[in-house]
Amino acid sequence: MKLRTILSVSSALCLGAVALPAQETDQLQQLQRQLRQLQETFEKTIQQQRQQIEALQKQIDALQPRAPGAAPAATPPAPPTAVPAASSTPAAPPVPKPPWSPAAPIQVLGGQRAYLNLSFDALFAAGGSTADDLDQLQFGGHDPNQRGFTVQNLETVFEGKVDPYFRGQASLVGHTDASGDFHFEAEEAYAETLALPQGLQLKAGQFLTEFGRMNPTHPHTWNFADAPLVTARFLGPEGLRNPGARLSWLTPTPFYSELFLAVQDSQGETAYSFRGGGGHSHEEEGHELFFGRERVERDTETLGDLLFAPRYAVSFDLSDSQTLLLGTSAAFGPNNSGEDTCTQIYGVDLFWKWKPADHHGGFPFVSWQTEALLRCYQADAYSNDANGNGILDPDEEDVFGDGSVRNLAGETLADWGLYSEVACGFRKGWVAALRGDYVTPQKLGQYELDYGPDLDRATRWRIAPNLTWYPSEFSKIRLQYNYDYRDHLGPDHSVWLQLEFLLGSHAAHKF
Amino acid sequence: MKTIIRSISLAAALGAAFSAQAKLNLVATLPDFGAIAEQIGGDQVKVTCICRGTEDPHFVDARPSFIRVLNQADVLLEGGAELEIGWLPPLVNNARNGRILRDAPGDVRLCEGLHLLEVPTTTVDRSMGDVHPLGNPHYWLDPLNGKVIAAHIAGKLGQLDPANRGFYHANLQKFNERLDAKLAEWTRQMEPFRGTKIVTYHKSFEYFADRFGLVIAGVIEPRPGIEPTPGHINDLIPRMKASGIKLVVIEPFRPRKTPEYVAQATGAKLVLVPVMTGGHERTKDYFSVFDYAVAQISAALKPSP
Repeated sequence: MKLRTILSVSSALCLGAVALPAQETDQLQQLQRQLRQLQETFEKTIQQQRQQIEALQKQIDALQPRAPGAAPAATPPAPPTAVPAASSTPAAPPVPKPPWSPAAPIQVLGGQRAYLNLSFDALFAAGGSTADDLDQLQFGGHDPNQRGFTVQNLETVFEGKVDPYFRGQASLVGHTDASGDFHFEAEEAYAETLALPQGLQLKAGQFLTEFGRMNPTHPHTWNFADAPLVTARFLGPEGLRNPGARLSWLTPTPFYSELFLAVQDSQGETAYSFRGGGGHSHEEEGHELFFGRERVERDTETLGDLLFAPRYAVSFDLSDSQTLLLGTSAAFGPNNSGEDTCTQIYGVDLFWKWKPADHHGGFPFVSWQTEALLRCYQADAYSNDANGNGILDPDEEDVFGDGSVRNLAGETLADWGLYSEVACGFRKGWVAALRGDYVTPQKLGQYELDYGPDLDRATRWRIAPNLTWYPSEFSKIRLQYNYDYRDHLGPDHSVWLQLEFLLGSHAAHKF
Repeated sequence: MKTIIRSISLAAALGAAFSAQAKLNLVATLPDFGAIAEQIGGDQVKVTCICRGTEDPHFVDARPSFIRVLNQADVLLEGGAELEIGWLPPLVNNARNGRILRDAPGDVRLCEGLHLLEVPTTTVDRSMGDVHPLGNPHYWLDPLNGKVIAAHIAGKLGQLDPANRGFYHANLQKFNERLDAKLAEWTRQMEPFRGTKIVTYHKSFEYFADRFGLVIAGVIEPRPGIEPTPGHINDLIPRMKASGIKLVVIEPFRPRKTPEYVAQATGAKLVLVPVMTGGHERTKDYFSVFDYAVAQISAALKPSP
């Protein structure tokens, strides 16, 4: 109010001085006096108020809990209004306020934001092998696959709450293949509901199918430098993933028990045992054969041409220090061996972990994980002799590269395999692990008997011990030895040294 | 069809009536929050704790059974300040429970309203180790923070269960009175040692030391969450000798070898002090955590006759 008076007086004064230079000096002096008085009163008031503020500030400082060395920026948010007894906190003795320093931080007002949690994980390998066909020996898409250095997985993950209803996650992934070419792909991008009623959860987008333990996880979380043979062979080098939707239900049981059903597209290289194909070998000249025959063009025509993947998981806390998680999964869908052939994959998985109730930084621990899979692949009858005259005519392609004509009968090819791995965290940051792998056809296919073994089905096994050191939760160095034995090819030895680092937001550990 | 609808609505009504009388289902991340909640909620609440008092609270396994537990929770009492960041988020995300999602009525972050120590005043990066950008999260080891936690819980319970508001408030008063009496006792016991310098393993005891006037002059970890290195220990020992530090305090779950070596080299005593309720057979509730810690530390610091 007073300020406004001063302003109007002074502006009147200015106007007067400009417009009427010859005004009576009496009036001018009177106005000047008034102005001086008003200015004095104004300054006095300001001074009084400043003193009051300082006094109040001192009282506040005296009442605050002691925090030696804490900077003023560390002042906590006001206690929630719902706290009735905050005033009952006894006052601590006053602490002298640290003198102002130019190095003191400046508090920028405003809350913290977590719209997007961003992280980047890099996984590299160096090593060598006695095998010459590293793309076949190391079948997983993110396995170390070169003598020398491999970029196994460069993964950028975006994660966050979309709104009150969804959580979103996307991972962009790059890696080098066995010929040294770099591939970049959007591996996953999905939204997941946060609180549907009745224990339901819906996930939609592109995601790794929740089949067993290994498939839905990313390579940097694995206990080994490479994918298990059986999951790489049955679910594909890139794992089983595609666009789709998944519903899961947390059953109202006293223990953890969850039922999943995913419906996804069944085509592309990420549906390897289904309408797979294409992918990395697509650009190459020549013919990609799957189980001795060419894959056919097959469109999605009915609902039944999609991929259906149910899973059931159950967990029990066996004791204060032991947890068991059991699961059974399946994946059903069409394959492109023929127009109406299909594939069924079944799996069971087990995970057991012991971690004492007085662990330090998560160590020591022992974990055991095993998965066994069975794949039944309906292979259609096939012939590269379209007109059936028994010879390769000029308009019939030399699919097998040897000028031969082959007539393959339709048959169901059943394969099974398993892996079992034990990891032992024997002191903080140190883990020793051992994995055994085995994969084999239940019986040889007729096409194999007729035309020779198919290395995509041939029996093979692997023993892989390794030692991993985690300097912190955000880096690891791993040394692994693989003893591989492949029917028709014999044994091979490989040694891989793996390095991982993680930048960005803390990745929470799933069980 | 009508009968089905009728029986469904009957079941729903029964369910509603039942849940109105049922106890509030509280899930606490740490046993100390659970212990305080039990004091305030009494027989009107059911409390389940995720972390065990004996384990390292930064590295709890996200066991699937906790998803089930969180799915049923009316209230989630979490520490906040990123203490549980390594294991809680996937559990809450999978619990499908709208009552405990961020800012829902049952979402309680107990760090709110507390004056956290060691809030970084510079930009934090991971070369500094596991520094918590929001401040040191081991705040329940200051009994006065326990009072704020209790008030926070009582306020929340009163809000969710107005019928029993008086009961919760009375329990809070009782809790505060008991804690005030105990605090006077602990302060008296610790008074002779005000200003005594000690060494700890991890930055777990800052709030305790701050309340009872101990000075933490060194840490066995070179940086938070980073295992001790020979270089750091060889630097710590002469510093301890120079400033005459005679006590090393560690949590029972820490490895003993390095602390024992440090204690031996400096002539200091090594004392195991659980930092959470249930961390030792003699720390069954929130009060006895301090009873035990004060007894252990004052006994160790008492000059030998």
